Amino acid sequence: MRIARIKKETVKTEDKKVDLSLMDPFIEKYKNTRGNMIPLLQHTQGLYGFIPRDAFLKLEKETNLKLSDMYGVASFYAQFRLKPVGKVIIKVCHGTACHVQNATAITEALEEELKVKDGETTKDGVFTLESVACLGCCSLAPVMMIGDETFGKLSGKSAKDVIRSIREREMGTPCKN
Amino acid sequence: MKKTKVIVGLGSCGLAAGAGKVYDKISTIKKESNLDFELKKTSCIGMCFREPLVEVIDDNGSYLYGEVDEKRAAEILEKHIKNAEPIKEYVVKTDLFETKDKAYFEGQVKIALRNCGYMDPEFIEEYEEREGYKAMKSIAAKKITPVDVIQTVLDSGLRGRGGGGFPTGLKWRFANNNKAKTKYIICNADEGDPGAFMDRSVLEGDPHSVLEGMTIGAYAIEASDGWIYCRAEYPLAIKRLNIAIEQARKKGYLGKNVFGIEGFNFDIHIKEGAGAFVCGEETALMASIEGERGMPRKRPPFPAESGLWKSPTNINNVETFANIPWIINNGAAAYAKYGTAKSKGTKVFALTGKIKNGGLVEVPMGITIRDIVFKLGGGIQNDKKFKAVQLGGPSGGCIPEYLGDTIVDYDSVNSTGAIMGSGGMVVMDETTCMVDMARFFLDFTKKESCGKCTFCRIGTQRMLEILQRITEGKGKNGDIEMLIDLSNQIKDSSLCGLGQTAPNPVLTTIKYFRDEYEAHIRDKKCPAKNCKPLLKYEINPEKCTGCMVCKKVCAVSAISGERKQIHVIDQSLCTKCGSCFAKCKFDAITVN
Repeated sequence: MRIARIKKETVKTEDKKVDLSLMDPFIEKYKNTRGNMIPLLQHTQGLYGFIPRDAFLKLEKETNLKLSDMYGVASFYAQFRLKPVGKVIIKVCHGTACHVQNATAITEALEEELKVKDGETTKDGVFTLESVACLGCCSLAPVMMIGDETFGKLSGKSAKDVIRSIREREMGTPCKN
Repeated sequence: MKKTKVIVGLGSCGLAAGAGKVYDKISTIKKESNLDFELKKTSCIGMCFREPLVEVIDDNGSYLYGEVDEKRAAEILEKHIKNAEPIKEYVVKTDLFETKDKAYFEGQVKIALRNCGYMDPEFIEEYEEREGYKAMKSIAAKKITPVDVIQTVLDSGLRGRGGGGFPTGLKWRFANNNKAKTKYIICNADEGDPGAFMDRSVLEGDPHSVLEGMTIGAYAIEASDGWIYCRAEYPLAIKRLNIAIEQARKKGYLGKNVFGIEGFNFDIHIKEGAGAFVCGEETALMASIEGERGMPRKRPPFPAESGLWKSPTNINNVETFANIPWIINNGAAAYAKYGTAKSKGTKVFALTGKIKNGGLVEVPMGITIRDIVFKLGGGIQNDKKFKAVQLGGPSGGCIPEYLGDTIVDYDSVNSTGAIMGSGGMVVMDETTCMVDMARFFLDFTKKESCGKCTFCRIGTQRMLEILQRITEGKGKNGDIEMLIDLSNQIKDSSLCGLGQTAPNPVLTTIKYFRDEYEAHIRDKKCPAKNCKPLLKYEINPEKCTGCMVCKKVCAVSAISGERKQIHVIDQSLCTKCGSCFAKCKFDAITVN
């Protein structure tokens, strides 16, 4: 069931301090339009990479939306995140075509490379590893998407290579191996 | 002499295959040399297995080059553009000589995909050159009434291409019969079926045909606003739709008194989905546009009476809308000429999985599955044995090889237990385990169940647990019967299509591949050698040459042995990844 996406918090994480005034322009734009909840949440996440607690409270105060409704929606859709994510989000496709072409091996290789489990963020806060349903590049299966870039016909090794080159770009330091 | 054109395919697949770099390379060479040609962009040509694709059009005709990397691109410019010598062995499609991929194009009829790959989707003018907006203009000029438009669509026999297969004309008539003041039209572009991507291709490659189709629909049912509900996973499609809508507004094709038709005010908005498979269901989709959790609502009232914000609403999918302008331009009879008695026209299939020629094919209804797989698709990768196709994604089912002569039309496909669905056709070979496939789909539907109906919410979870157990070698007698019982209860007790169809992959795999289930449960064996917990990799001492290749490739160092000595796999360390099996040149590694 969809609500199962929200994992129970075992350790209380400190919310990153964010500049809430950045939200003002789109709050103004969507404040009085019908069906504005999803676009408001999408824009908020666009700013911060996730929806911070304070942003929910601000939306409640400045629009006609209720906190409980917003939480309901944010926990329903796969797109929304309630926790900070890494700078680079790796979406490994687990659609049918990718599954048939062994997408599991890609996720496993990346879990090994990044030393995190599926759905987690690396300790340095650079990478978040996610599984997604289908990216629609089925004929290039297995694929993964990083930012707006899609990488196709992967093997465990080539997926690792992509990550290593991004890490070098992000950190400015070559990685071990 | 016309100027030579060089066109690069920059759809999502092409970009993923490296077409962006190819475009940049050609662009650089163009700047640095004095070669005289026009460099253009287009979108997905559908021939994904040969991406990146570059088309060269010179005085003799068109040459489509496949698998073009930066090196090949430079070569093509040097030989074909500079010296006027086409490089025949790289050409995958041309009318001028035979190519090895000829069979892929023969038998295809492009109606919905008529413009994909033939124009730059970011220019409205190019669409208009290809009969774009002609249908809407002739409706305006000839003062064709909404009722007549609906009649044409009815006569064409077009049925909903999103999977339901409901006659589009009939849907429009219901919406037209309702005389409410405010009505809406929605384009369902929430292509959530894992394994289907034709809607993405149409949106990226020919967004205007969808806008025109929607405008014709709005005119027919007298709607004032339209929404395109598009997956957020398709950023390029959303970008191109936004460009297309802006251009159409500027030309007066959207807005007030559209196409000069007095009183016909119509505009289109884009709604980005937020990632929920259930939103492909029409009532859930409307709840999502309204900003709520995408949970299905009870029908009746049907959307044609009370839909979006309680106004009468008509929903069609992308491919359906893309067909509409062609039908108006060419007439209902021209469309109905293709297909079978009850399923007219063409259907786009996304051919993926263990197939040689993966990509999009548009074929007339009535072609057999075997012909799609072997004639157009070129057969199975590495010439393995064709086992089954999965049609209709998680809502559909498997059709085994021996039913390969089933023709594709709504009713024939339904009679096998699968559904046409949106047209994802995942091809499976002898190495695909059917129990694992069923488990994969249940895992998907379990996660995507919205939780409203108990049987769907809990039933899919229980089914998944059973399937999980079977693939781990812990299956019990009675599991198959329990799966069938649960399936029937979920089908009977779910409100929407998701729950009603979720058990289909399990039911069809049990129906056609019961022996595989039994092998897992009784013999603790996976005949396809796919379910890891049931496998054991061993080295045959008689065949091992001690070449050390397997030892090097093993990621967990489970293989030991010196050069020219027989190697051994430590079963306690082996993760059963299969790398050694794939690398061994001497068939010395066995799987059981």
